[in-house]
Amino acid sequence: MSAVLPPSTLRAPERDPAWLPRLFWISLALVLLWPLGVATEFKPWVLLERDNLKVTAQFLGSFLPLALSGEFLSMVARETWRTVATATAGVTLALVIAIPLTLLSTRVLSVSALSGRMAALPFVVRQAVRWLLIVLRSIPELVWALVFVRVVGLGPTAGVLAIALTYGGMLGKVYGEILESGETHPTQTLLRNGSGRLQAFFYGLLPTNAAELTSYTVYRWECAIRSSVVLGFVGAGGLGQQLDNSMKMFNGGEVATMLLVFVALVALADRVSAWLRRSLS
Amino acid sequence: MTRPATPPVSPVRAAANPPYRLPARLFDARCKACWFTAGLMVLVVLSFWSLDLQWRQFFSAEAANSMGRFIGEFFPPDLSPAFTSKLLVGAWETLAMSVLGTALAAALGLALALPASRTHEADPAYGRAPTRLLLNALRSVPELVWAALLLISAGLGPFAGTLALALHTAGVLGRLFAEAIENVPPGPGAALRAQGVGSGRVFLYATLPQVLPQLLSYTLYRWENNIRAAAVLGVVGAGGLGQLLAFHMGLFQMSKTASILGAMLLMVALVDVLSHVARHRLTR
Repeated sequence: MSAVLPPSTLRAPERDPAWLPRLFWISLALVLLWPLGVATEFKPWVLLERDNLKVTAQFLGSFLPLALSGEFLSMVARETWRTVATATAGVTLALVIAIPLTLLSTRVLSVSALSGRMAALPFVVRQAVRWLLIVLRSIPELVWALVFVRVVGLGPTAGVLAIALTYGGMLGKVYGEILESGETHPTQTLLRNGSGRLQAFFYGLLPTNAAELTSYTVYRWECAIRSSVVLGFVGAGGLGQQLDNSMKMFNGGEVATMLLVFVALVALADRVSAWLRRSLS
Repeated sequence: MTRPATPPVSPVRAAANPPYRLPARLFDARCKACWFTAGLMVLVVLSFWSLDLQWRQFFSAEAANSMGRFIGEFFPPDLSPAFTSKLLVGAWETLAMSVLGTALAAALGLALALPASRTHEADPAYGRAPTRLLLNALRSVPELVWAALLLISAGLGPFAGTLALALHTAGVLGRLFAEAIENVPPGPGAALRAQGVGSGRVFLYATLPQVLPQLLSYTLYRWENNIRAAAVLGVVGAGGLGQLLAFHMGLFQMSKTASILGAMLLMVALVDVLSHVARHRLTR
């Protein structure tokens, strides 16, 4: 074939043959991004103004030396534990919410669905529980925390409740998906042979999915640690609240120490959760 | 000496209860799951015990009253035209923050993913470890903490929120992108490299076309997350619907709070659907 072609076509093109369409799409994207930049007051040069630069440099400069006094470190240790405890207690309560709702909402445990369509009442109940889970999940935990801080006052109670509600919704929804996507044959066999729904769950559904359910729960616990720090910013106690206080007082050394502790805590939770999930699978 | 006559043992009876069928002991030092469960229980008990949780206050009549009043005042939500237009501005700001933040994060993440990945066997990848450390640091500080930090240099408003989203998401996307780049089939890149093509052009013409759908899919997924995050970032003063929420909730204007919450939920649901459709098309 190549013998027929004139030699000039055999040479590779000097420049990108598709440069024109590329240029067009890039400029179109920039034009579309323009109104977004206006809406977000996107002015990076603000960062480089002399006053701002001075304030930033002062704040960053005060990061060193780190605050390492014994009193401060023991406070940080206490608050770090409270952060972990808030996350753990929150996830525990989330399980208390999620497990019954999952049992109520999963289709696999429906007796009437064994013979074709689910009956009307169970269908309505399951759908209602699903909607409840979606609503719980889609209100961010920060908003729940803002509400509960006004009801029960500042402190970890608001954080625990906020995590419990949001994570209850998340866990319930994902548990349902896991249970329905797994092997359902043993469960259906049990149900067909007259076992109760709980029996079918404990002997059919749970053993086949236990590892995956635990793995997802551990992963969510890790997320809860991160979000319990964030909840501290609206007054739910823990490391976040202290971080917020120190930031408001421009105390760079304390901020830097707490950020380092927080990054270490997240890395630790990440490792622990990865190790647990690996040993589960 | 006569042996006592033993009844003939049927194979079924012999297997009735052999020693290995005894129920397992409740706790066995060699059982990993037992240690895991025990540790978990200790952690949970310690957590509840060490936090002075005010259940009495939460279940008190007073709390129930104020909860009831809150919810009662939610209805009817404030839908007056003046407030609705404010809501629209807030929602647009939140949307813009999430889009621009994600776009910046994708650019920054890709720029960081290049040094953070080992593209071929002979690649020394000197920058891999330090860049990954940087990505982890960016990723492990949540958006809200970034926003609170950036308020100092970028001032109150959506700009700080956009930068905060961009920094956190750059950490997340950078790591995902680096993994995608490392897992790409090596054939096309090796073919170009054997011809003496430089590493920049190998990336542009061999690696990028192969990973682009995956990168876009990750970016869309993070966009979904970011719109949720952008909705609440305003609580620390970084613009959008969150700022409205913190403001009106602080003044206990519950009917306005209700419509802000409604707008948040609506926007999140809308973006979920859009992104789901887009990802479905990309991966089809």
